[in-house]
Amino acid sequence: MQTLDFEKPLSELYNKIDELKRLSEEGNVDLSNEIEKIEERAEKLKKEVFSNLTPRQVLQIARHPNRPDSLGLAGLIFDEFLEIHGDRTFRDDPSIVGGPAKLGGFRVMFIGHQKGHDTKEKIYRNFGMPHPEGYRKALRLMEMADRFQMPIVTFVDTPGAFPGKEAEERGQAEAIARNLREMAGLKVPVITVVIGEGGSGGALGIAVSNKIYMMEYAVYSVISPEGCASILFRDSNKADYAAEKLKITAKDIVGLGVADAVLPEPLGGAHNNWPETATTIRTRIEKDLKAYKKKAPNTIMEERYAKFRAFGQFEERKEKA
Amino acid sequence: MIGQRENSPPLEGSMSIIDWFNNREKKTHESSKLDIPGDLWVKCYHCSEILYLKELEQNHKVCEECGYHFRITPEERIHFLFDKKSFKETDRYVSSVDFLDFEDTEHYADRIKKAKSKTKHEDAIIIGKAKLNDKDVAVGIMDFSFMGGSMGSVVGEKITRIIEVAAKDKIPLIIFTASGGARMQEGILSLMQMAKTSAALKKLSLVNVPYISVICDPTCGGTSASFAMLGDINIGEPGALISFAGPRVIEQTIRQKLPKGFQRSEFLLEKGMLDMVVPRKKLSDTLSSLVSLLDPHTK
Repeated sequence: MQTLDFEKPLSELYNKIDELKRLSEEGNVDLSNEIEKIEERAEKLKKEVFSNLTPRQVLQIARHPNRPDSLGLAGLIFDEFLEIHGDRTFRDDPSIVGGPAKLGGFRVMFIGHQKGHDTKEKIYRNFGMPHPEGYRKALRLMEMADRFQMPIVTFVDTPGAFPGKEAEERGQAEAIARNLREMAGLKVPVITVVIGEGGSGGALGIAVSNKIYMMEYAVYSVISPEGCASILFRDSNKADYAAEKLKITAKDIVGLGVADAVLPEPLGGAHNNWPETATTIRTRIEKDLKAYKKKAPNTIMEERYAKFRAFGQFEERKEKA
Repeated sequence: MIGQRENSPPLEGSMSIIDWFNNREKKTHESSKLDIPGDLWVKCYHCSEILYLKELEQNHKVCEECGYHFRITPEERIHFLFDKKSFKETDRYVSSVDFLDFEDTEHYADRIKKAKSKTKHEDAIIIGKAKLNDKDVAVGIMDFSFMGGSMGSVVGEKITRIIEVAAKDKIPLIIFTASGGARMQEGILSLMQMAKTSAALKKLSLVNVPYISVICDPTCGGTSASFAMLGDINIGEPGALISFAGPRVIEQTIRQKLPKGFQRSEFLLEKGMLDMVVPRKKLSDTLSSLVSLLDPHTK
């Protein structure tokens, strides 16, 4: 597994532990005292490292190649899931996946960005950057869910919508815009979990939701810190600073009122324990599904509308000061 | 044909928000800059023809030689389009707050101050009601010269309010867009304005009030990917750059030069994203016709 730079001191300790264990086995000497001490130190260090992460380090975890992805989590969370394909107009976009699923007796429609892990899958998935047909497929699924009274669960994990020639020709802007408008009219609840990277409009295109959750080390941003640095700071090396200024971490997003809550990850990040991550998400979704079951379709729509209508901070005065 | 701009200065037409930030220190070529007393002649940024300013203004700031549409201020737009003195601005004094304490090469708070004194507007949009050939319409007009027309909380809020006015009074809505996209200085809340404005348009569509989006140069990013592309009728101004990702970002991604006229109004018309491309001089008549043809609430 890839070691992130700030995890290096930790992995050095773990290597030492492994080495001592091997030595004690090979040489038949009792090193359990030493091992225990180092293990204690490692645990302490781990807690220290992960409670003081900078936004840039959080971003690294959010983008970790072994981070649980939509399909992986769907397999662990749902009792049943059937992937369906295509926007019925142009093609199937593998950057967005989805289909009907079952969770604890509830029928739901699942939709999520899919980034891929190895190089081959990453290319096939276009690194989780959808084309317009991805958003149109998502909308087709959402409209179906609305008709069949299935709550919608979406997982956000994308660097952003794909900035390419064909994407523009086929109406990337229109596809995203239409999703934003149509999602506002859905009469079934939409529950979104930002599981990794929430990249701008590409994320929002499946996230006009009643409930929005941030995984502990997920991020959500109007622009990537790298993009912001090169535009505003005219220096791509300022990405760390931009990441700080943009307020992209789970805590910030909840603080600004955009997300409802942070879902805790296993110590060291979700990539260390997929099943535990899945259980956390499943428990949360199931709770919401039960609560929404009692709500009228119109209430569900109006609540979502009210939530988004309230976003924004400004000041207003009667006349010119 | 408009859209071939290779000979023109680098600052015109093709400006995305990236370019806007890059060029903000330099002299801009926005048409308002032309209104310097004694500045009787201007050079067309597209064909380099020397134009007499008075004639250019009479021609709605469109070059008589090549048809290049100069960028214009909201005031000019109102003057060219609506019945005389019919525009009544509402919700004027809503202004931006630097709630993230955002600082790049400059404090956001200072940027707002500067943009206010430069444009005499409170933010990158004005909204209100006007009469178009004697018919009431709800109007929003974006101002690209205010921080690249970027959409933060204020733009999102005012767009939403004018949509609500149109829905309540059952009068057609016309929004003129000119924007580089979401305003980075307000972080995630800028992104949320895309959803907020689009959601309001859903409500408008449910009460059967027509919305005409007039997409002006340039309209990119979060603005194009929300209310700009959601018109019942989408009209492009000739030669306007309309994109999700700007040409430079795409060229960096695909490492290829983009074809001539890519992401211009005429291109989007061909690709089925716009209903029509209307020259500025015909815009008032076209809008008036559309309103009377589409509006079910017209008496």
